Formats: sequence, C-alpha cells, structure tokens
Amino acid sequence: MDRRSLARQLSAIENGELVVSDVEGLIVAITGPPGIGKSCLVDSILQRLTPQNKVAVLAVDPTSPLSGGALLGDRIRLSVLDDKSKSDSIYVRSVATRSSSGSVPSIVKGLANHLLAESFDIVIIETVGAGQSEMRCAAIANRIVVVEGPARGDGIQAEKAGLLELADLIVVNKSDLDGVDRVVNDLTISLSLTNDAPQIIKTSTLTEEGLDELANVIMNLEERISSKRARCRQQLIMAHENILITNPNFEAILDRMSQEGLELDMALRELSE
Amino acid sequence: MGARQRIVIAKPGLDGHDRGAKVVARALRDGGHEVIYTGLRRTPDQIVRTVMDEDARFVGLSSLSGAHSHLFPKICELLRQSGLDDVIVFGGGIIPESDRAPLYEAGVKAIFGPGTSSSEILEFVEVASTKDCGVGSQNDWHWGE
Repeated sequence: MDRRSLARQLSAIENGELVVSDVEGLIVAITGPPGIGKSCLVDSILQRLTPQNKVAVLAVDPTSPLSGGALLGDRIRLSVLDDKSKSDSIYVRSVATRSSSGSVPSIVKGLANHLLAESFDIVIIETVGAGQSEMRCAAIANRIVVVEGPARGDGIQAEKAGLLELADLIVVNKSDLDGVDRVVNDLTISLSLTNDAPQIIKTSTLTEEGLDELANVIMNLEERISSKRARCRQQLIMAHENILITNPNFEAILDRMSQEGLELDMALRELSE
Repeated sequence: MGARQRIVIAKPGLDGHDRGAKVVARALRDGGHEVIYTGLRRTPDQIVRTVMDEDARFVGLSSLSGAHSHLFPKICELLRQSGLDDVIVFGGGIIPESDRAPLYEAGVKAIFGPGTSSSEILEFVEVASTKDCGVGSQNDWHWGE
C-alpha cells in the first residue's frame, strides 16, 4: 500500500471511523519521564536497523486539556528520517492523546494493529513522558521498555512498586552524566528479589554507549511471564474507560459539571444510564 | 471554533530563526489544532514526506532568509507531484509585498508577515478548511484578497 493511503487509513482509525482487529506482532512501548531521552533512543534504534527491518513509530505527545490542540514535536529528534536509504522502511506518525487519559491513548492499539497488518515487522510506541504509576501502555504494547536516568532520587525510588515491575527491559540513559552507576546498582539490587528480573542496559546517545546492544535486544525482546496479569488488568481498565469517553453525552455532561455545578455522582449516574 | 486540523509547521532552507514558527505553532495549538513541528533546516523533500506521513491538511512554511521565492513554489510543486493536491499551503516570515503575487500563483493560500495576530491565522485555517483550495486545485482564491 502507498504511504498516502496508509496515512489516511490511520487518520480514519484515529477518528473512530475504522475499526481494526488484533494482529499478532511485536508492539514495543518506550516509556519514562519527560526529557529522559525517549525520542533520541528511538532515533538511535532506527539508525541501527537495516532497510530490511520495516519499522513504524507512533510518537505520542499530550493534547491540551484546555484547547484540545497539541504540539507534536517528536519528529524533530528523529534524524534517521534524513537517511534516504531507509525512507521506505520507516514510517513515523505523531499522535495526540486527545480525550484519553494516560501516556498512550487507547486508539494507538488500533493504529499499531493496522501497521502490523500492513507488514511492518515492529511497531515502536513512544509514550508521553510518564511517571511511576503510568501503566496504560501495558494495555497496548506487548513489550515495555522503561527508560530511567541519573539524578532521579535515591535508592528507595528503585524499590517502589509501579511501572518498573512491568518492564521487559530497563534502559538507564544519559550514562555520560554522573550518578548512572548508582542508579544501575540500585535497580539491580531491587530487581534481584524478583524471579524473572528484566535486563538493564546503560546507554548514552552522546557517547553511543550501549546503543548497538539496545537495538539488538529490542528486536528480540522476550515477554516477562509475571506481568501477564497486570497487562490484562490494564486492558480491562482501558476498555472500560473507552466506554465512558465514547459516550455521546460525555462532553455535554462535562459542560454541565463545570458550568452548572452538576454533582459527580449524578454525572456518573447519567452516563451509566 | 472550527474543526480540529492536523497542521505541519516547517522551516525550509538554511535560516535558524524559529521564533515565528514556534509562536504560530503555539497559536494553532491553543486554537485547538494538532500541530506537527518539523524543526529547523528541512529540505522540501523532507517537508512533503512529513505532510504525507502525518496526513496533514495544512502546511505552514516559515522563511526569514529570503529564499522563499525558491523554496515555497518548490514545495508546492512537490506536493502536487506526490498527489497531495488537497493540502493547503500558507507561509510567513519576511516576505516583501512584491514577492507575494508569484507565491499565490504557485499555490500558497496565505502569507502572514510580522505583526499578524494569531486570531487572523486561526480564522484563515477555519475559512480555508471549508474551501476547495488545496495546492492542486484551480481555485485562485487567497487570504486577504
């Protein structure tokens, strides 16, 4: 299929005009806090793949809760797009979160399925900058890469429950900065108490440390068995939220809550009728 | 407010002055549109590829280097060659009055100079989105005529 039609169909899926069924295939979410280097790492991975690897990237940025608009700026970091030898094997699409909550809008599942059906070997989802308990990406991706970095708190942070527990791979980025070894150490100690601890890779897009290894590992990433139940949980929550936000009265009820003082429990009752 | 549009804001050529492009991107965002910002020093090929992959309805080109008379028509031509006839092109930056007629001729539908209000740009997007005025159309309407 030509790119023009592909792009159009993705828009139709995004606007809810086209529904896609699930497709087997590798969907990798790259998640982590804002500014940790997710886009640059995606660029590094794409740089290291050959033109035989067909890769699609769905780069998610937040929608303004005030205006409904969005500034989608992830393409700026993707210098691989200038490489003409890969211009047919790489497809990048910027996605706004729109009315979904969480770091990945639910519609991304449909986009990823469609891209896999269009014979892309792997779909990489770059999430919105996300914090400790932001696990929505687990409902969509079947592999999760969590990106961490230096100077993000003490060893207790590594012990806290949340996103790290769902990671199939942990990347500690910005290894050119001080303090990275301590972070790797803290994470290693914390994960040593779990049965199937994910691998930790230290990377720097400045010195290029670990980037070759990262690109290799990503293409053959195994799913951790222990996170299966957590994935299902996220899928269920996302499906339930979808029923809510696609309710035709959703926006009208929001207006009544903010302008006419409609109470929360009344709003819920109306939405579930 | 009109319907939400996907709009690429691009800086073709070699100039590094991106304040204007960022302000316009921000104004469109605050007007409820989804803006894809390409960053600096993009070639016409890269810009057209971005418009295609992102399925954008509009592309805004910013130039302050004086190369607009070469770059804007080239991008319009490439859009047509790539079958993106319904994409609406607008431009901004330092573009002398005497250079504007040929740009309109080439398919640019609005040119916004310094001092343009963000509400005017939003109004253009709303009006243009209801007209058949893509870069491949025969419609010779342009903003402010």
